[in-house]
Amino acid sequence: MNAGIDLAPVVALVGNPNCGKTALFNALTGSRQKVANYPGVTVEKKAGRLTTPDGRTVEIVDLPGTYSLRARSPDEEITRDAVLGKLASERAPDLIVCVADASNLRLALRLALELKHVGRPVMMALNMMDIAKKRGIEIDLAVLARELGMPVVSSVAVRRGGTDRLLDALDDRLAVHQPMSAADWRAPDAAALRGAQGEADRVLRAAVRNPGHLDPTTARVDAVLLHPVAGLVILLALLFVMFQAVFAWARPLMELISEGFTWLGVVVAQAPLPEIARSFLKDGLIAGVGSVIVFLPQIVILFLFILLLEDLGYMARAAFLMDRIMGGAGLHGRAFIPLLSSFACAIPGIMATRVIDDRRDRLTTILVAPLMTCSARIPVYTLIISAFIPDRPVWGFVGLQGLVMFGLYAAGITAALAVSFVAKRLFWRTTAGEPFMLELPDYKIPQARSLAMGVMARALAFLKRAGTTILSMMILIWALASFPQPPEGATEPAINYSLAARIGHAIEPVTTPLGFNWQINVALIPGMAAREVAVGALGTIYAVDAGEGAAEKIGKVLAGQWPLATALALLAWYVFAPQCASTLAVIRRETGGWRWMAVTFFYMLALAYAAALATNQIARALGAG
Amino acid sequence: MSNPPIIALGDARVGYRGRIRALDLDRAPAAGLPPPELERRLIELGFVEGAAVELLHQGLFGGDPIAVRVAATTIALRRREAMAVMVSAETVP
Repeated sequence: MNAGIDLAPVVALVGNPNCGKTALFNALTGSRQKVANYPGVTVEKKAGRLTTPDGRTVEIVDLPGTYSLRARSPDEEITRDAVLGKLASERAPDLIVCVADASNLRLALRLALELKHVGRPVMMALNMMDIAKKRGIEIDLAVLARELGMPVVSSVAVRRGGTDRLLDALDDRLAVHQPMSAADWRAPDAAALRGAQGEADRVLRAAVRNPGHLDPTTARVDAVLLHPVAGLVILLALLFVMFQAVFAWARPLMELISEGFTWLGVVVAQAPLPEIARSFLKDGLIAGVGSVIVFLPQIVILFLFILLLEDLGYMARAAFLMDRIMGGAGLHGRAFIPLLSSFACAIPGIMATRVIDDRRDRLTTILVAPLMTCSARIPVYTLIISAFIPDRPVWGFVGLQGLVMFGLYAAGITAALAVSFVAKRLFWRTTAGEPFMLELPDYKIPQARSLAMGVMARALAFLKRAGTTILSMMILIWALASFPQPPEGATEPAINYSLAARIGHAIEPVTTPLGFNWQINVALIPGMAAREVAVGALGTIYAVDAGEGAAEKIGKVLAGQWPLATALALLAWYVFAPQCASTLAVIRRETGGWRWMAVTFFYMLALAYAAALATNQIARALGAG
Repeated sequence: MSNPPIIALGDARVGYRGRIRALDLDRAPAAGLPPPELERRLIELGFVEGAAVELLHQGLFGGDPIAVRVAATTIALRRREAMAVMVSAETVP
């Protein structure tokens, strides 16, 4: 990259939520874009490059949507600071493009008037002109430009050539040196906002005919989808399909990936390398990378659904329908999708909390997401239930084993609701609850290209994360389970000589009240890599041959070795315990620091300990010791 | 002719059509925000005097939240915040 490109002028896209800004950004930059985080915050940064017709390279930044520069959330603070050139990590924009939905101009005009006051060159891109025309809205661009006092061009982000006028305008504006006055922007008070909206309404009357009618399609669809009863039923059905998709459709792909990595491990195991190098490659590196990549299908499917619903305009409706239900537990209406996805895996679930604008609501959701029973707990639950819980019917028609499984799920959900209820009061006591106020945009047909690019960007962001934080944790766990090496002539399994085994023995006094022996403690350490790994680890420790029917054999051995109280306590432990390094790593990445990861780890550990302790003691008292 | 009554938008029923007369923050003591902030947010979402409003939808539990057409935009909010928006059914000012 040469110096000329690095000094490319910066153009910032600013606009209301749902104005089609991201579609325009995608149309402008194509594949030359990347999604990252602004340093230290959880806000997504989308930037890309384009080349104008005159051959000028321009850096385009898609800033989070906002109604005003008066920032109310971390996202909107980024928009404000970026526009004002106050972000230390970013270059100040050379040109601000205010993107407006031509079919919904009123609030955008007020934002445009506000942007005029920041002392930087501003222009307006009237997006979705095609939709406005179809709806009979007539906009006089010349009058609009004159009344607003800034150049105005029309654009149709979703059509080929729809951005030509905007690109030409960028050349015109960037060719001449624009005077910049010192930013004298100050947060407007209510009177100033009222005045600005009055002025915006005046501009609207002057330049636009027929602006205000409700889109008939949206009205018809909403009559069903926002119906108090039918709307909720449809939402639940939709959620079921989504859950099913993340859970079931992803499975074949996940198995394929998993088998691929297992095969790779076998290949490496036969390589002529020292034993320790082979173990590192197979059990540390390949198993570590594999256990993370395996989540990719779930993440792609989940984000496909989320972005599809978002682009359709349904996400805001779903929040509307769920607001009261989630609100009772102190959760935001938008928290239900992340929490639902967490039943498959907390990692995509935590990533999906990005749909929640308010930081506190988002943190609460991240905090409780790992309590949802993820699919990695299922092998552990199945192993213990089938080994210890008799397969007999209760009340004539329900299987006892199924009932226990259901109880474990219910315990997770109840705990999540209770924790969010407490967290709201404990952490955010001093500030009043964020009010639920959001725009319900008109329904729009999603664009396949824009959708694909959104999913791709998130998949890449996940893989990057997997390659750094998560992988290093996996290697650490491997090292704990592998060093020191067993001595010459060792008879026991290698893991029994490792640091993990020493830790297992050392913490035995703490885990004895839970009914856990040192073997369980040891199994829990590789279980940090992925919950289900604990099953294999128990097999290793109790020296059960792996292979066909291994889980069943392990179950038989355990049933002979553990009292029932221990098995039940281990189940209780698994409902709550922070037994997943990847989840913790994702929390660290998503919250931008160690603090919330530590909070999650310790509150879950405390819950798990208390639950296992109570289960073990009560079960013993009832004679299951 | 008597003037149509001025009511709080938070008390309106589905199908109500009217025009915003004033923002009265004292009427929304249960709102989740201090009054000056609530006022600014309402204005930012287009709730200014003179704007036409129509209550389009409401939620299942307690008729909350509500979806309101404000001029050319549809906004969802809770009734406790909508209490600050004073409206009357009069269609021509």
